[in-house]
Amino acid sequence: MKIAVVVFPGTNCEHDIAHALALAGGEPDLVWHTDDDLSGAEGIVLPGGFAHGDYLRTGAIARFSPVMSEVERLATQGVPTLGICNGFQILCEAGLLPGALVANMGLKFICKPVHLRVESTKSVLTSAAAVGQVLQIPLNSYEGNFVADDVNAIEDEGLVVLRYSDTEGRIRESANPNGSTNAIACVSNAGGNVVGLMPHPERASEQILGSADGMVLVESFVESVRSVRV
Amino acid sequence: MKLTFEVTISRKPGLSDPEGTTTLKALHHLGYSGVERASFGRVISIDIEAKNERAARELVDQMCTKLLANPVIESYAIDLAT
Repeated sequence: MKIAVVVFPGTNCEHDIAHALALAGGEPDLVWHTDDDLSGAEGIVLPGGFAHGDYLRTGAIARFSPVMSEVERLATQGVPTLGICNGFQILCEAGLLPGALVANMGLKFICKPVHLRVESTKSVLTSAAAVGQVLQIPLNSYEGNFVADDVNAIEDEGLVVLRYSDTEGRIRESANPNGSTNAIACVSNAGGNVVGLMPHPERASEQILGSADGMVLVESFVESVRSVRV
Repeated sequence: MKLTFEVTISRKPGLSDPEGTTTLKALHHLGYSGVERASFGRVISIDIEAKNERAARELVDQMCTKLLANPVIESYAIDLAT
């Protein structure tokens, strides 16, 4: 079960997510962004980092990398596709996910563990989680503030997968680290097979890292790759 | 002919604009209490070779929708630089 982990110039979390995917029983395969043939990939991950230096807008240049036409083709066919942090920004720029990510409210780069409440288990990232479950996972971004031109449509269609919360799972302004609209940390497409989130589950994949809460997400994804098989 | 266009990319009104909000607060702090909005954007200067202004403008417009602006959060204006 090959999971293509796409590496752009400036990507820097590919080994971390590959490690976590392997821990969950997945078979990650690092793929350079100029590769325009992903046939054989049963899952796709766009990891965190600063693809193409974040020039113009985060993800704006990366979405035109040769590999992205393959990502779009497979994602549209239903292949589980995950964007973490910068990968989330790229999926939004590519139009595979709704919304966009802008500078954090307060204009600070935020690097700290945050709490997330699971809102939906219909996505490939949360199929093994429970609605209401609270996860502690690190956030590491400057442009993590989720905005959308029609956030009500995203809510109505049930596309919100995770929200920033306090330790008890309550949604509060004080627990929203970056000003994201409706505290949205993670969204999916309508099919649930394309998912993007700002926090880094791979950095909470083993107890030695301070939390293994991210593994339920990584395991959900690997299990989805196993069961979807487009 | 060679032409220079200035493309101005602006955040759509109503969407979160943390740079604008922070700058507005700073201006108020400095006593400019009449300021109602400070909005951030970017200006991209494009030199382009084309057969006439109309053709060039069409190309720049294409560039805006494809790459230079994100239609989800941004609007754009194209001006011929003098």
